[in-house]
Amino acid sequence: MSATTPSPTLPRSKGQERGREFLLVIGLPLCFGVLLAAIMASIAFGAADIDARTVWASIAAFNPDDTSHLIIQTLRLPRALTAVLVGGALAVAGAIMQGLTRNPLADTGLLGIEAGASLAVVGAVFLFHSDSLSTYALFAFAGAGLTAVIVYALGSVGRGGATPFKLTIAGAAVSALLASFTTAILMFNQRTLEEVRFWLVGSVAGRNMTLIAQAAPYILIGLFVALVLGRQITTLALGEDVAKGLGQSTGWVKGLCAIIVVLLSGTSVALAGPVGFVGLVIPHIVRFFVGQDYRWILPYAMLCGAIFLVVADLAGRLIARPGELAVGIMTALIGGPVFVLLVRFKVKR
Amino acid sequence: MMAPLWLNLKTGRFALSLRLDRRVPLVVLGLLVLTVVVLVWDVRTGEYPIPPLDVLKTVLHLETADPAYDFVVNVLRLPRALTAFTVGAMLALAGGIMQTLTRNPLASPDLTGVTAGASFGAIILLIFFPAASVGMLPLSALVGGLGVAATIYLLAWRGNDSPIRMILVGIGLTAALSAAESIVLLRVDVERLQNVLHWLTGSLYARSWEHLWALLPWCAIFIPFTLLSSRHLNALHLGEEVALGLGGRVTFQRGALILTSAALTGAAVSQVGTLGFVGLIAPHIARRMVGPMHEGSQIVTALVGGLLVLSSDFVGRTIFAPTEIPAGIIIALVGAPFFIYLLWKNNGGH
Repeated sequence: MSATTPSPTLPRSKGQERGREFLLVIGLPLCFGVLLAAIMASIAFGAADIDARTVWASIAAFNPDDTSHLIIQTLRLPRALTAVLVGGALAVAGAIMQGLTRNPLADTGLLGIEAGASLAVVGAVFLFHSDSLSTYALFAFAGAGLTAVIVYALGSVGRGGATPFKLTIAGAAVSALLASFTTAILMFNQRTLEEVRFWLVGSVAGRNMTLIAQAAPYILIGLFVALVLGRQITTLALGEDVAKGLGQSTGWVKGLCAIIVVLLSGTSVALAGPVGFVGLVIPHIVRFFVGQDYRWILPYAMLCGAIFLVVADLAGRLIARPGELAVGIMTALIGGPVFVLLVRFKVKR
Repeated sequence: MMAPLWLNLKTGRFALSLRLDRRVPLVVLGLLVLTVVVLVWDVRTGEYPIPPLDVLKTVLHLETADPAYDFVVNVLRLPRALTAFTVGAMLALAGGIMQTLTRNPLASPDLTGVTAGASFGAIILLIFFPAASVGMLPLSALVGGLGVAATIYLLAWRGNDSPIRMILVGIGLTAALSAAESIVLLRVDVERLQNVLHWLTGSLYARSWEHLWALLPWCAIFIPFTLLSSRHLNALHLGEEVALGLGGRVTFQRGALILTSAALTGAAVSQVGTLGFVGLIAPHIARRMVGPMHEGSQIVTALVGGLLVLSSDFVGRTIFAPTEIPAGIIIALVGAPFFIYLLWKNNGGH
């Protein structure tokens, strides 16, 4: 299996190393600034453009009689927050999966998260005629969590515990199985297809503050623990044997990582539906610039994922005015070509 | 695991030698017998059942009790079953090639971008030119598939080829394509969307001799080439450095094999829709049965793939008759648990 390490880095001198560290340290607040600017832009622009002063006023001194204030508080702000939470969570979860399985093709889909959530939601619509976003969220989270547990259990059976190879294979098989159930339902039941086809693309539109407030704690806890585990994940990404040799109790770290991934991506899929691509590609892009150290990869992935999703959502609203393109489409439509270009120039062999 | 025992076949007159895992002949024989049994059983079963012996007679154009048998067997059921088997074998071989070249167990024929391109070609036709679709569908899928595969290879080329760059470029381009598809699909009415979904799942419904004939030239060129490349695949599987060290022209071999994989996938997918899963699991199943050496495992891969699609089509056709479940769905339903079972039973290798 090819590891995620693209090229052997040349030994650097002490001075170069220090310069690099310096760049990495100042890069974080810079990314944070970009994120804030993106959020501001996302709130200001849309079907009706609102100037920056009104945006600020609506947060500082909310006036329920002002239409722009209402638009901001009920539509734009929840939407931007959803994008921030989901983008950050998916990118970090994807980075962890790639480190854990040492497979550049890995993302949270490998634990069956998207497939499980989709089947649960499609099944709920088919059987119980559910039709509200909050019921969807509940089923999505339950489906994602249950599937992840099954995949992890199947991947851990037998000698050697949860090896990357077995996890990957079990994940791929279970995902395919669940996806085929989903397709079967959609193919033979028109009502369900009509009802969920927009949810299945992944979108951050129309999420309300209550839903966000319910989801946020899970994501924040997951992100916090992930950032703390950076050093252990770096070691584990060098290979199980190396990690063991360095005295790491790999079973614990792997289990904890899996729990974080489920927490992050399960909550994301509950909030926004199956938004693809972010979890797969943002970690790669971050790695091109930051290197192989997960203590840096994870915070950068978090910020870049959030920026990317906010910008993708904004672009989806701007290019199709007065309608909009769902963020799940925009991520791949913008991200795909950018990623291809980056790969061309950054992956040497 | 038992000690590997090899069969060495050498011919005196030609400079040809073959080294096979000793499990190969038995496994191949078993699979062949199983295939014939399933084939006969498949052709026998349906709304109009036919005794197994009469199936064989009809195929051989011998006299049978009922002249209608000829139509049911030779026009309806046999060509469909043969198409299923052929498509399965092609996709399985294509998947095996990609898994070896990228040394990635998750690789499948999709990695070349062929399936994404084929879906794109098919969707464009189904949505925008519904009148032209029946006859043109395979062509537009084939053009889309091979076009995208070529684009990915060219975009990934920078003075040298690199499997990891190809994988990553493929991910990016495929994702962008499927996003474009979603834009189209979110705007069409549900009925047309279900039509598309049907094609995307992969189905053998109403496939006939013409589909099989369309596949055969591709098989005739690329399957022998794949089997003859076993030695190169063995070397490439050990890694680029090893393959170079063994004196292989790595870039050329890899390019030719990627082309082969793309061609096999493109031809198969264009006739029956995007049946993806078989290309992922058949090579794994074959390796579990006869080990990783390609001389043996490729033959087994092809047979396993063919058998998988054949039986999936049989199950999908009969289980809820007269409603048909597309083979693409059944493959995952049957294949995934079996795959997990194999993994669980025999997890020493990795």
